[in-house]
Amino acid sequence: MSHDHPHEPVTTAGEPPAAARVRALADLLVEKGVLGREDIRRRVDWLVSRTPADGARLVARAWMDPSFKERALDDARLAALELGLEPGESPQVIALENTDDVHHLVVCTLCSCYPKALLGPPPDWYKSLPYRSRAVADPRGVLREFGVELDEDVEVRVVDSTADVRYIVIPRRPHGTESFDEDALAALVTRDSMVGVAEPVPPG
Amino acid sequence: MVGEPRPSSISVVTRAVHDRGGRPADAPIDRSEHDLADWEILMDSLENALEGRGVMNTDEMRRGIESMAPSDYESASYYERWLFTTETILEEKGILAPGELDARLAS
Amino acid sequence: MTFAAGDDVVVSSRAHSGHHRTPGYLKGRKGTVLRVHERFRNPETRAYGGDGLPKERLYLVGFALSGGDQVLADIFEHWLEKAA
Repeated sequence: MSHDHPHEPVTTAGEPPAAARVRALADLLVEKGVLGREDIRRRVDWLVSRTPADGARLVARAWMDPSFKERALDDARLAALELGLEPGESPQVIALENTDDVHHLVVCTLCSCYPKALLGPPPDWYKSLPYRSRAVADPRGVLREFGVELDEDVEVRVVDSTADVRYIVIPRRPHGTESFDEDALAALVTRDSMVGVAEPVPPG
Repeated sequence: MVGEPRPSSISVVTRAVHDRGGRPADAPIDRSEHDLADWEILMDSLENALEGRGVMNTDEMRRGIESMAPSDYESASYYERWLFTTETILEEKGILAPGELDARLAS
Repeated sequence: MTFAAGDDVVVSSRAHSGHHRTPGYLKGRKGTVLRVHERFRNPETRAYGGDGLPKERLYLVGFALSGGDQVLADIFEHWLEKAA
């Protein structure tokens, strides 16, 4: 399922009881003046606008520009702003660089913290109990399930987002992309590669 | 230190239900995904709008989720947990009266 | 106590009822400070309607996993002690 497009609201028959409850809650809060319809609409618009394209742009620029990459490793929030991207409300975003020696993988064992301004909403598996349990105990097993097999001499670093810092992975740049421009590079960067459970798409 | 429980032997019983890291989990990771339903997008937006207005904050939101009965936490869907915490915190703050939302749904 | 990158630390294994962001699997574990973050509001008090002030230092700490791998996590200063 491609997640490189803005989410379209989906209505399914057989919604859970929670659906009606949420709508009633929204109506009640607006009636009470706790929120305005406009507050809610702005947030809806923001959420559905979030896709991995912004994260991919940050990665592509990091691949092309080593000094930008260094800035992203130090402060990806500022680096994103440099590109005119919205880093989101997290006070701090940090990019983690995968190299030939180190592979990063991101999780939130306590809830679901995720750089959603740059990647869109997190996928169900990221929020799932098994991922949250196993990523920090058996990262190589988890990676294997996602189809990633790493050499023994590569160090895996699992980053548990336990506080207000958000983490985005800069995956390794695929070989054979030396002549690619930024758009072509960004097209190779998948959401999963920016969480650390996949490598980017190799050039066709 | 002799006799002191090693961290790896600290039972999951002593941890709150939301604290999942390292719990025994033989279950494979279900990689199927679903696009967010309308009501889920609304729930996400509602909660963030409340935070944006300063009505509640992220830490209260998390604390509310963590207060769910363990079996409820584990069986609820992601945004059902968000609904639970939003109702809980709003009631705690006196913004929602107990039963007010139920009455609204019944009417 | 303030820490610097490279310091060996231990995560406290004290019991804490109520909201906190130090995961159980790291309590009592020894690690190394990899990065000193800014100071952040304390979620333990913010979660109960407080303002979370004064802000407290947050550290990215690395903990060894088998096979030379690591798990990294952001831990607040008051959960860390200098390793013996």
